[in-house]
Amino acid sequence: MQVLQLLISGIAQGCIYGLIALGFVLIYKATETVSFAQGELMMLGAFGGLVGLTMLGFPYWLAVACAIASVALVGVLLERIVIRPILGQPAFSIVMLTIGIGYVARGLITMVPVIGTETMALPVPYKDEIWKLGGDANGIGAVVFNVEHMVVIAVTAVLCAVLFGIFRYSKLGIAMQAASQNQLAAYYMGIPVKRLNGIAWGMAAAVAAIAGLLLAPITFVHANMGFIGLKAFPAAVVGGFSSLPGAIVGGLVIGLVESFAGFYLPDGFKDIAAYVVVLIMLMVKPNGLFGEKLRKKV
Amino acid sequence: MRFIFKTDYAQDLKLAKHGGHVFWYSALMLLLVAAPWLFAEYWLAQLTFVLIYAIAGLGLMLLAGFTGLFSLGHAAFLGVGAYTQAVLTNAGMPFPLALACAAGLSASVGLVVGLPALRLKGIYLGMATLSFGFIVEEVLARWESVTKGNAGIAVKKPEMFGWVIESNEGFYFLCLVLTVVTTLGILNLLRSPTGRAFVAIRDSEISAQSMGIHLAQYKTMAFAISAALTGVAGALYAHKLQFISPDQFNILQSIDLLLMIVVGGLGSVHGAFLGAAFLISMPQVISLVKEILPDAIGQAPGLKNVLYGSVLILFVLFEPMGIYGRWLKIRTYLQMFPFYRKGMFKRQKSFQKSDRLK
Repeated sequence: MQVLQLLISGIAQGCIYGLIALGFVLIYKATETVSFAQGELMMLGAFGGLVGLTMLGFPYWLAVACAIASVALVGVLLERIVIRPILGQPAFSIVMLTIGIGYVARGLITMVPVIGTETMALPVPYKDEIWKLGGDANGIGAVVFNVEHMVVIAVTAVLCAVLFGIFRYSKLGIAMQAASQNQLAAYYMGIPVKRLNGIAWGMAAAVAAIAGLLLAPITFVHANMGFIGLKAFPAAVVGGFSSLPGAIVGGLVIGLVESFAGFYLPDGFKDIAAYVVVLIMLMVKPNGLFGEKLRKKV
Repeated sequence: MRFIFKTDYAQDLKLAKHGGHVFWYSALMLLLVAAPWLFAEYWLAQLTFVLIYAIAGLGLMLLAGFTGLFSLGHAAFLGVGAYTQAVLTNAGMPFPLALACAAGLSASVGLVVGLPALRLKGIYLGMATLSFGFIVEEVLARWESVTKGNAGIAVKKPEMFGWVIESNEGFYFLCLVLTVVTTLGILNLLRSPTGRAFVAIRDSEISAQSMGIHLAQYKTMAFAISAALTGVAGALYAHKLQFISPDQFNILQSIDLLLMIVVGGLGSVHGAFLGAAFLISMPQVISLVKEILPDAIGQAPGLKNVLYGSVLILFVLFEPMGIYGRWLKIRTYLQMFPFYRKGMFKRQKSFQKSDRLK
């Protein structure tokens, strides 16, 4: 039973990592840049939900929609204002730039009076509910499912299906695939590559915001929750940096390893399990589980 | 305007290209030597920190700025150096020996990290070093029998040949000597075939390989040298602070080191020093700014992060060559007055260097 619960919590945590990693991969595929600000966008999403629910008194769904939309807008604006001018510069500059964006986002949130420095709980309708499965009349020996975890898993599944649909069947998704394979050729075919890049950043930000809203009830909302983005990197690398399904699979791998390592291994291994996994992965299979092996030609 | 008339190939290899260099660097050296008598105690301590960070910056600059391998976990090497120094000094080892051990151990750790780095590029390498940084931090916190864990460890004063360096001035001179030796070492390395090979690898791995440069060997060497220098800086850092704990060597420290070389100017030795001066003076500037701003903004806890982030963003956007690049522009403007043209340092329109197949 213990194993089953570890499994569920691991998968739920893994879904969060997977969602953030999905943002990395979306951005990487579109613009070949790596955004270190993804965790901070997630944090903004959680704060957006918090502001909507507690300060403005929105109903739950409206607050969620507003939070996602506003973070997506932030993503689009970031791409337009700071990323686009330096596209084509070495990847290093853009990494430093996104680290800078992350710093600014974290700093600005802490500067907001009242909510910025506090650790708050996000009041969602399904908070602290549990499902019990099996066991006797008093519920002893039952498998306890945390509804928060189940919601995370369900939403991730739905989101993956939606993204799959977009990339497979919609004109936008197909254009994005084309642009990610060969930007120049896509441009010649009349695909507005620049606008697509902006949309990719917007989508990545929206996915990050959803991850933030899902994570918020499990942990809490605070300015440093973006550091979880640093654990989503291993997820993206394990899955192969250029594969969307790989991101989710990588997230699940990291989440499960972490959950089991926390239970079976001594203290301290939980925090570094993700990094040990990624180091092993990089040594054994540098392109990740689903990454394509490409060799650059002169 | 100065015109250097070259009559000999050896001129290209000279460290000081002309009389101006000799004059200004000698003046700087005199100022640094006289610093303990010129500056108050507090400023001398800050200057010591600048020197220590400059050594670490030189290490990272060699790796990121000259070999093009960028490391997101350099604080790990700083930590390894600091802890080695702390443990060995407390065990009674003299300073030079402990320093050599700190550098050696950091270098061997660097070798270990460098090995997977041979197969990795760009972001994957960043990922590997980032993971490595986290693992080292955790090891420092958990290996309590040696490192005393999160409680931290106090470091004794440096001691060599029966002479204990008690005063701040003494320690300042120690740092100064080490910094000068390191800087000359790096400058020498960069004009040697090894250094040229590093730069060639940075500019194009494939071309470097075609020129007969053994990639694996040189990349590992770059990692080892860089780690050793950072380890030396870590050892000095431990002595300066006299107390170290694992959280001083976390990801934020790594990012600080990166920020330092990016702001200073990637790919220049001056950049490491300018960046170090920038990094150390930043808190002073922030405390000055705080007094000017209204309390609502000035006293907010996030101000430091916002300023650090904005500085980083502005430098990457508008001055990718860093402070040193800006100085180069000003200097050229003055030298060529009034013939300076706006486009002289225009960023080359580079096509996106893509890892994808086109």
